[in-house]
Amino acid sequence: MIQQLKTGVLVIGGGAAGMAAALSASRAGVEVTLLEREEKTGGVLNQCIHHGFGLQFYRQELTGPEFAYRLQNEMAQHSVKIISESYVRHIDTKNKYVEVISPEGVFTIQAKAIVLATGARERPFGALQIPGDRPAGIYVAGLAQRMVNLENTLPGKRALILGSGDIGLIMARRLTLEGMEVLGVVERLPYAGGLTRNVVQCLEDYDIPLYLSHTVVEVRGRRRLERVLVSEVDDNFKPINGTQKWFDIDTLVLSAGLIPQVEDLGENLEIDAINKGFAVSNTCETSVTGIFAAGNNVAVFDLVDYVAAEGWIAGQNAAQTVQDKKRTSKRIPLIRGKNVGILVPSYITPEEHLRVYLRLRKPMDKGTVVLKELNIEKPFQYGVPSEMINFVVNRDKLQELKKPVRIEVVE
Amino acid sequence: MKGHITCTVCPVGCKILVVSKPNGEYEISGNRCPRGKQYAIDELFSPKRILTTSVKVLHGDVPLVSVRTDAPIEKSRIFELMEKIKSISVEAPVNVGDVLVRNIDGMGTSLVATRKVEKNGSPLENCQISG
Ligand SMILES: Cc1cc2nc3c(=O)[nH]c(=O)nc-3n(C[C@H](O)[C@H](O)[C@H](O)COP(=O)(O)OP(=O)(O)OC[C@H]3O[C@@H](n4cnc5c(N)ncnc54)[C@H](O)[C@@H]3O)c2cc1C
Ligand code: SF4
Repeated sequence: MIQQLKTGVLVIGGGAAGMAAALSASRAGVEVTLLEREEKTGGVLNQCIHHGFGLQFYRQELTGPEFAYRLQNEMAQHSVKIISESYVRHIDTKNKYVEVISPEGVFTIQAKAIVLATGARERPFGALQIPGDRPAGIYVAGLAQRMVNLENTLPGKRALILGSGDIGLIMARRLTLEGMEVLGVVERLPYAGGLTRNVVQCLEDYDIPLYLSHTVVEVRGRRRLERVLVSEVDDNFKPINGTQKWFDIDTLVLSAGLIPQVEDLGENLEIDAINKGFAVSNTCETSVTGIFAAGNNVAVFDLVDYVAAEGWIAGQNAAQTVQDKKRTSKRIPLIRGKNVGILVPSYITPEEHLRVYLRLRKPMDKGTVVLKELNIEKPFQYGVPSEMINFVVNRDKLQELKKPVRIEVVE
Repeated sequence: MKGHITCTVCPVGCKILVVSKPNGEYEISGNRCPRGKQYAIDELFSPKRILTTSVKVLHGDVPLVSVRTDAPIEKSRIFELMEKIKSISVEAPVNVGDVLVRNIDGMGTSLVATRKVEKNGSPLENCQISG
């Protein structure tokens, strides 16, 4: 017979967001179960062995595994029930009924509230549509990171990195330290995709060239990758004739960015068209009451601190749902205006402080974030799309809200 | 002299402006916290970095333990220290915070574990008999 479990708050995914959600829900006094498909909790933190985590959440700079370890320890102290190696295959969002596959077979869980914390996955090679062969030696950056940092294997000898997202930058340094020759990082945009600090400490420190406005236009190799053709591109990403150059490499690492993991889970849950993740309010609630989402499956965040903070709020609100605390269902749309790309949240619920996370559409020397309906102006300097702009609006300011709020960035 | 330095001490990544004054001192601005000032000065005279990497583990449930230096080390010595780190291995179990190499750079900096690695017991030990 299929095993049938019950719980108060069910957290799906044991990365930073899921662990923080499980912890806060458990602290609020409800029964919490956390499902994780891997053997261990931690998510991407486990393979991010570099430092740069937790400065806001723990007021201390930690490595990824250390950040995970802290949350794991706290979960152990708060009797969170963790079921690992269990993959959530289907969620009946209306009835909060979940189907799970584990090595022991299929089981189901009936929950009172659910927190989705499934993180993001890497954009695969196919998505880039590069002509040529498909030999061995082409890796997405996260896979290369796992190989080097968890499995003790090097992907090859000479590498080129395509895409300048943080994972790509960090892997350029990591592979160099491990003795591989990294010939460069190729980025089709005129600016780096990752944090400036990573350009400095991962590329400049090791004299690894960053080829901006360049891309790989052809891949060659019979069994194993042998070489790739790199070309400069114009404003429309069209290769510019006469700028092509071959790079002899056996390893191409793709850092084409992350996309929120929403497939199979998202039945009747609204997805934000730009974030490509679950559309949530500032209580972290999705379009279905009692189902919450936090972390990289809402939008790809640059800092784990933001992810953990959002997970924490999601857990608190999920606990309140279980405890039948009175919650308003008011959802006022937060609408993107000029220059606003990724934006969290999609809706404002006045009962919680409004934590805004946004990415600019382009780099700006200086600008001002404007929320006219709330009389808020936030000036900033040196804004780049890779670094989220983040600020909090006190809930006292939200009480009178009736109409949608527009957020824009003016130069 | 006048130049921008991106502080890499934390992910905020402040753009720090360093202006040298005629009297030989530096005027430093743009750092959102005091650590940025020290970083900018170090960056001018002897750049330092935290080094994170892995060390091989014998008889562990995973083959590697992630490690960090407990203080920034001189940037120019990173590869020298990497060679040293690649040549060592440690016996499981390892705990977060365990000092794996004391005074690795001769300047008092230690190499500490950042991940917990359990001992890989005999396969039968973890086996549950189901009936
Ligand atoms: C290479 C890299 C470098 C980074 N560097 C920094 C940095 O220096 N500083 C910083 O602050 N932040 C950094 N970040 C960002 C930060 O690490 C992430 O934003 C954060 O850890 C994401 O947490 P998460 O919980 O949303 O997702 P994840 O960590 O991806 O967790 C999701 C979890 O859900 C599980 N899961 C998914 N689907 C299912 C399912 N169907 N059933 C069961 N379980 C499931 C997964 O196995 C995983 O464990 C970095 C990220 C990356 C990728
Ligand atoms: S100056 Fe302070 S806040 Fe700014 S990046 Fe450096 S450490 Fe971070």
